[in-house]
Amino acid sequence: MAVHTFINILKRALDEEMSHDSAVHLLGEDVAAGGAFGVTRGLVDKYGDHRVKNTPISEAAITGLATGAALAGLKPVLEIMFIDFATLALDCLLNQTAKYRYMSGGQVTLPLVVRTQAGAAGGAAAQHSQSLETFFIHIPGLIVVAPSSPVEAYGLLKSAIRYGEPVLFIEHKRLYTMKEDLPDDYTLPTIGQARVAREGSDITIIAYSAMVQTALEAAQTLADQGISAEVLDLRTLLPLDMATIAQSVSKTHRVLIAQEAVLNGGVAAEIAARIGSELFDELDGPVERVGCPFAPIPFAPELERALLPGKDDILRAVHRMVGHA
Amino acid sequence: MTQQTLEHWQQMYRSLWRIRIFESQVQRLAAAGEVPGFPHLSTGQEAVAVGVCAHLNPSDVLYTSHRGHGHILAKGSDIEATMAEIIGRDTGLCRGRGGSMHLVDAANGVLGATGVVAGNLALAAGAAWAAQAQGKSDISVVFFGDGATGAGVFHETLNLAALWKLPILFVCENNGYAEFTSREEHSNVNHVSAFAAPYHIPTKTIDGNDLRVVHAEAGAAIAGIRAGQGPYLLECMTFRMAGHYVGDAQQYRSKEEMAAMLEKCPIERLKRHLLESGIDAAELDAIQNDATQEVLAASDRARAAPRPDPASVMDDVYTSPALHAITG
Repeated sequence: MAVHTFINILKRALDEEMSHDSAVHLLGEDVAAGGAFGVTRGLVDKYGDHRVKNTPISEAAITGLATGAALAGLKPVLEIMFIDFATLALDCLLNQTAKYRYMSGGQVTLPLVVRTQAGAAGGAAAQHSQSLETFFIHIPGLIVVAPSSPVEAYGLLKSAIRYGEPVLFIEHKRLYTMKEDLPDDYTLPTIGQARVAREGSDITIIAYSAMVQTALEAAQTLADQGISAEVLDLRTLLPLDMATIAQSVSKTHRVLIAQEAVLNGGVAAEIAARIGSELFDELDGPVERVGCPFAPIPFAPELERALLPGKDDILRAVHRMVGHA
Repeated sequence: MTQQTLEHWQQMYRSLWRIRIFESQVQRLAAAGEVPGFPHLSTGQEAVAVGVCAHLNPSDVLYTSHRGHGHILAKGSDIEATMAEIIGRDTGLCRGRGGSMHLVDAANGVLGATGVVAGNLALAAGAAWAAQAQGKSDISVVFFGDGATGAGVFHETLNLAALWKLPILFVCENNGYAEFTSREEHSNVNHVSAFAAPYHIPTKTIDGNDLRVVHAEAGAAIAGIRAGQGPYLLECMTFRMAGHYVGDAQQYRSKEEMAAMLEKCPIERLKRHLLESGIDAAELDAIQNDATQEVLAASDRARAAPRPDPASVMDDVYTSPALHAITG
């Protein structure tokens, strides 16, 4: 068993997959130097600058380049430094990458992983802090993964690279320094399967990415107050694992969905709608959501803290729903 | 003219007619309501397609624009399967999921057309990178119109292709119009080849309606690319004899402009040259008739082919069939 930070374990996953499969190539802005956060540091020394490619600041072109390379036999892992900049790549991801297999009538496969980094932390402000996953779960043909811890990131990244579909892999910057043990007998997760991060019986808190850690902290406090909260880690936002959600809801009959993104039209809205139509009879009350108020992410630490949804928001919602505090 | 060169030019003459007849047939079928959507014709631009694609192997990758029927046929894709796709049949190249603007024939190296102007320039560079990374001698070719140069990704892709010395040929078909707007109205830069200079990409602006010129210049450019010299930008000045799309009344063009274009028709020009070289007119007529029969017979077979099964509509959204039932 070894302890890893999120950043180091991502590098380990990339290293292992590059060593395992010569079709895997890395590209992105500054990746040869390690990227903005050091995830790819040192890989250029091991694999050479023909497999770890620095690119210009041209998100549209490098996403197209990675897509075209995937169609021609490579398995590129593209880094888009901040998800906020993925908007510059959106034409390609939406109109080309996601649709290529379908538009061609199944003639091609597109094994591509786009790693990107999202979420608010440390005053990165309005253009470097967003949670934009909602844009991408609206696109047929994409897979969207959002890991919640170092070990989860390790397994899900390796599985994503082997998966053979275009995958958007969203890392949360707040998790980058988190440390976790990688068990010796670790087995890779299956893309599309959620996991029960903590078992409970009174309420289900559904979360993903860094919000899973927040939900686990809240569940610990709730346990001290005599409320047993089950925490579901979605892992994959597209597709949604409705089977695992149904299992949990059938046990707890109450659902709170927590996300860092603004609520309008979001992941939580989608899950709430589906629970409403598929699991209505299991519910003891309305599905509730916790998310970001409808504003851009501010800069000053006091403002950032004031806006972002956190443990207290989850506790308040649970107390309201379960009926006692 | 040696027997070999003679046969070569006869073959090219046939290719030009194939495309011309094919697109006339698309136009007829569209007028009869048999073509869903809005196909774009390359009538008048055939020499660019035939002259460039004559140098390509099946394993070379081709990308094209929304005006791509000619390029795909010139690269050797099946006439019937191409037509079947354009009219939305199950036997079409893409099983009726792509249509005119999203034609793909992967087995023949045609990775596809695009409905987004400039949308696949970078994908073509990606194919070139893959060939380079895999140590293959294949090249990538992408056709686009002058309108594509207004998109940022055009400039981003030129920069990357030059920087990584990618084996890619950029072929601009400068027909003077971006959709309905003339080049003068949308750029101060008269020649697309001017954009190559800052990236140190070799380039030439040529008469794209003279098949002999296109064939020679594309051949030289492609030889250089295969020899590892990096990208090349070939600007072919040409004319779009048809409108932007089938049904475009072209009220933005004068009668004089239309008449001048007919005079420069690439098929007529090759024909004049072949006649001057001593080829019998009857022989050329026979080639034209053969091509006509070939295309019309393929078109009839395509029209008789079954339509896609509505029950298959969720197929191939993902590679894994387990993901086909995703609802959100």
